[in-house]
Amino acid sequence: MPRYYTDEHEWIDVEDDVATVGITEYAQGQLGDIVFVELPEVGAMIEQGKDAAVVESVKAASDVYAPITGEVTETNAALEEDPSLVNSSPEDAGWFFRMTIAAPAELDKLMDEDAYKAFVEDL
Amino acid sequence: MNAPNKSGWKPEMQIAESGFLGGPVTSTGNRGLMLEEPLLFEIGRADVTGVDLPGIDPQAPTRLGGLARSEAIGLVGLTEPETVRHYTRLSRQNYGIDLGFFPLGSCTMKHNPRLNEKMARLPGFADIHPLQPVSTVQGALEVMNELAHWLITLTGMHGVAMSPKAGAHGELCGMLCIRAALEARGDTRDVVLVPESAHGTNPATAAFAGFRVEDIPATPEGRVDVAALKARLGPDVAAVMITNPNTCGLFERDFREMADAVHAAGGFVYCDGANFNAIVGKVRPGDLGVDAMHINLHKTFSTPHGGGGPGSGPVVLSEALAPFGPMPFTARDGNGVVHLVEEESAAEFGHTEAFGRMTAFHGQMGMFTRALTYILSHGADGLKQVAEDAVLNANYILRSMEDILHAPFGASGPCMHEALFGDKDFTNGLSTLDVAKGLIDEGYHPMTVYFPLVVHGAMLVEPTETESKAAIDQFIAAFRGVVERALEGDEALKQAPYYSPRRRLDETGAARKPKLAFEG
Repeated sequence: MPRYYTDEHEWIDVEDDVATVGITEYAQGQLGDIVFVELPEVGAMIEQGKDAAVVESVKAASDVYAPITGEVTETNAALEEDPSLVNSSPEDAGWFFRMTIAAPAELDKLMDEDAYKAFVEDL
Repeated sequence: MNAPNKSGWKPEMQIAESGFLGGPVTSTGNRGLMLEEPLLFEIGRADVTGVDLPGIDPQAPTRLGGLARSEAIGLVGLTEPETVRHYTRLSRQNYGIDLGFFPLGSCTMKHNPRLNEKMARLPGFADIHPLQPVSTVQGALEVMNELAHWLITLTGMHGVAMSPKAGAHGELCGMLCIRAALEARGDTRDVVLVPESAHGTNPATAAFAGFRVEDIPATPEGRVDVAALKARLGPDVAAVMITNPNTCGLFERDFREMADAVHAAGGFVYCDGANFNAIVGKVRPGDLGVDAMHINLHKTFSTPHGGGGPGSGPVVLSEALAPFGPMPFTARDGNGVVHLVEEESAAEFGHTEAFGRMTAFHGQMGMFTRALTYILSHGADGLKQVAEDAVLNANYILRSMEDILHAPFGASGPCMHEALFGDKDFTNGLSTLDVAKGLIDEGYHPMTVYFPLVVHGAMLVEPTETESKAAIDQFIAAFRGVVERALEGDEALKQAPYYSPRRRLDETGAARKPKLAFEG
């Protein structure tokens, strides 16, 4: 299953016509201990590059941007109870939401794992 | 007096195990005359009270009907000396501007002159009621009117709304004036542009006032990207909100050019005036093309705000916005009498387009009195020197630290009233937070950390004009010492502070699982 990355440190997994979105290991490390996650409503339409969720750490509150355009189909309810999942398992159990893929071509603008690794090393 | 701390909230001090500086461990947890302090719930008892109230006649009629309390509430009571001691002890564990240097950036923690306090306590200002007849409070209204005059004069603006209670409240007032002005001309533009170098409250205010917020990037030198701002202007842009001096501690040199471009495109210019301390007496925002700007009396004009309040955020307004300013405000009639202009008298004073009001009453009277005292006791020359000394002190710190501490905008020219640093060169996983905690051990309140967001591990230091060169030199020596430990990767710094009444607190646990009620 292909995984893509944005320059705002979101990851997106694509499986058939559903995508799963979260923030990267690098992002959680920079944010520090996460204390609150605000997820989008199921059914909400979100647009590539626009605000989709909010993550709040002891340092700061940050927006999480939609990696692509689509409709939110499911959110990770476990994060509301235990936001520390984003710290302990950012790229697996700490996923944020699932969404439809309105325009598959938008994925072409994102980075693959190697490109993202190189991007982070340059920061 | 010092009952065992049953809540389990103990000082996690190594010295409790090893003794302090090799001395014996005390059975009370106290250290000499520095006393450990239990919670009120742990000291108090349900059958104690500090006041002698007359007994209640059980036959007396009650007017509470079904709302009368049927069982005991279970709150503890304390004697008056217990209460006084509790808060006095807590105050000894606290830190404030009256104890020492308080370099909290973006907060302007300056000395509060005692003359201000003396004036604010005069009974004619302190013991009045907002609903008293105007004829009995002419002195207080005179203070408001004169302060309004000086705020308008110092900023080169046209009018001022005095009632907002703090900075962000003032921002909202200014943005509502802009909204009212747009509505009055039938204009539906609804986008507010906010540069990255603005205060974090700015986008929140614009969104709260019903606008759509868009970011404008900063240049590498830490100022607004003027070209990007101009490129975004258009018929949908209602206003821009620019903080000047900005949160990178820099003066926005191109402000006039930006304001002219915004006006040419039909928009308004909001200026966040929280950092007015750096330019008071030197620059009049009205000359820069500002339409609305809040002034934090509790920063620039030295009214106390150490405990989170009370703030006061009057908003100065341009000629275009002044007609929409909220009520109430003061105005003098031909006979020299100062009036409070309210809804019923608005027409008489020609102020019929006010968008409404921000508060029920007039604003923070105590802050008005203190701020006016500060302005009049400093005079024009003194206020100018305030700005000059605040800027000089910040630059002295910037240039005294930049050889060992990353100063991201050090090459952008002199800073204004605050010096900004980043944690780029720390080793062994040490971060800005560790330096802040290390400074507590050295006896200093930490600077602002992790703000502004544009700098990694930001440390924002604002000395204000309060401090002498000797005090700043002492701080620099302590700050350099802690920074050198962070550069060398001193593992011990990760556990700081060691010598405060409480060790490093579990901020994550407090945010994730806060305990908000006492559990016996």
